[in-house]
Amino acid sequence: MTADTATKARPRRRTGGVRTPLLYTIASVALLVMAAPFLWMALSAFKTKQDLTASPPVWIPSRWTLDNFTALLDQLDMPQYFLNSLIVAVLVTVSNLLFCSMLGYALAKLDFTGRSKVFAVVLAALMVPGNLMILPLYVLMNGLGLIDTYAGLVLPFAAGAFGVFLMRQFMLSVPDELLEAARLDGAGEWYIFWRIVIPLVKPALATLTIFTFLGSWNNFIWPLIATNDPDKYTLPVALATFANDPNRTVGGGNGMLMAGSLLVVLPVLAVFIVLQRHFTQGIATAGLK
Amino acid sequence: MSLTTGPAVPQAAVDKSPDSGGKSGRTRRGRRSLSKHNLTGWLFSTPFLVLFGVFMLFPIVATLLMSFTDFGARNVTRPLEAEFVGLDNYTQLFQDDKFLKALFNTAYFVVVGVPATIVLGLLAAILLNNGIDRARTLFRVGFYAPVVTTIVAVAVVWRFVLDPSDGLIASLASEVGLTAPDFLGSETWAMPSLITMAVWRNLGTVMVLCIAGLQAIPADVREAARLDGAGAWQELRGITVPLLRPTLLYATVITTIGYLNVFEEPFVMTQGGPSDSTLTVSLDMYREGFNFFHMGYASAMAYVLFVVIMGITVLQLRLLKDNTR
Repeated sequence: MTADTATKARPRRRTGGVRTPLLYTIASVALLVMAAPFLWMALSAFKTKQDLTASPPVWIPSRWTLDNFTALLDQLDMPQYFLNSLIVAVLVTVSNLLFCSMLGYALAKLDFTGRSKVFAVVLAALMVPGNLMILPLYVLMNGLGLIDTYAGLVLPFAAGAFGVFLMRQFMLSVPDELLEAARLDGAGEWYIFWRIVIPLVKPALATLTIFTFLGSWNNFIWPLIATNDPDKYTLPVALATFANDPNRTVGGGNGMLMAGSLLVVLPVLAVFIVLQRHFTQGIATAGLK
Repeated sequence: MSLTTGPAVPQAAVDKSPDSGGKSGRTRRGRRSLSKHNLTGWLFSTPFLVLFGVFMLFPIVATLLMSFTDFGARNVTRPLEAEFVGLDNYTQLFQDDKFLKALFNTAYFVVVGVPATIVLGLLAAILLNNGIDRARTLFRVGFYAPVVTTIVAVAVVWRFVLDPSDGLIASLASEVGLTAPDFLGSETWAMPSLITMAVWRNLGTVMVLCIAGLQAIPADVREAARLDGAGAWQELRGITVPLLRPTLLYATVITTIGYLNVFEEPFVMTQGGPSDSTLTVSLDMYREGFNFFHMGYASAMAYVLFVVIMGITVLQLRLLKDNTR
């Protein structure tokens, strides 16, 4: 709505005098709207009970307090959930980096019978919604005794089609001559893959690392299903369970929820801000299909 | 076919797909290396394909088989004892008012949410690409940050922003003498509230795709249009949107798939209520499957949703193909 007026009101020449301040005003207002929930969350986490329920709302805490955080750490085993999320995300990321680059290399650089069929399977897998698989996956994991284990949380995400697609696209741009020269020198395929191709596709690996790690960190429905024991909850599952708990004390509970949300979101936002260039690159690459 | 030219992948690389060969020279070279790389090719593919087969292909097939059975709680430990019931689950589904409501709610989410996300994402892209030179990174980070944040955490926050007693919006409204509705507690307002949050969260993806697409449009095309006296609106309709069409359709496809699967927002914010007004197909499937252990029935739901998603995706991809020819 706000941006619509921007395009209509834009004068023809690029160097319009009124145009620039107007556009900055519109963009800044939009940015503020986008950031408002984050600001509300971050500030509320440090509010006292009185400030949390004050009407009109208090943006800046009249008294800053860490009570919400201490109460949260008292009631919930946040370090354990944090550790669970971290372990699962690291394992998922490492296995995706390895297996997706291996298949990506085969699809980009090795001519083998059935290659186009394998690639077709990868492309088809990109389109299958994850929710289609969770019912038998639960039965399977239960049968294997992997409910409430890290393996049960990791294995379904250990090799994703998006990673293969991304790695293949990048590896296509590695010159064939380079690989031929190494082969003439007697290098084996594993050596070529590991010592020549992998170092050349580091930007792609960085992009894949970020996307896989965050995808795992933010994943909700599978950890919700695959864990019953609170000791194995990931952060989002613990937070949702706490948020939907009817026994949660009402006034103080709200501040604790804001503190919990902040603790879940903060690492993600920090990583994103540092590495934001790779994000936009990854999204743009995914759009290349 | 080039949709958006990302900075990371040279265009030439994309065109070299394995099946796009066919020139005689390439075929000969291909055949020679075919014998050379057959074993290695499969060795490099095997780890992925094994994981893919066990944790994706098998469950996809198993869901289909389960949807023709009365798979229930006892079958979780004894899956083979489930009884074949033919199409019973499917016929029952389409007489189930709750499922039909979930289907309607999901359609509502898509029909309102997708256009809103695409339009706002496109406008944000145009604004940031043409109007903003300074602090561009700040704006991009701000618009894209909701995409990367944990949905459960933001859903929790939105629940308080929308709270009727001491929420942000209610308090601001009472400041100016208005009474805000009980957003999440009202059958009329609950769905629009969830959609608003989804749009807020996802427009950044569309924005980034569109910025990549906009940067692929040659500057002289725009310059020529401006010299011919095209206004901003004409430029948008005559140049930007047509040339961005592949990008916009791709963004539409992925947004549609995402919204058809919507689960976290209603799960955390409303638990499907009030009176099932925000019950989506994915949430209904989760409940039938994991709260009531009607897994055969839930599998049928999953497949109905899958068929809908495939149908819409194929339709949208066909549009994409026709328009780039």
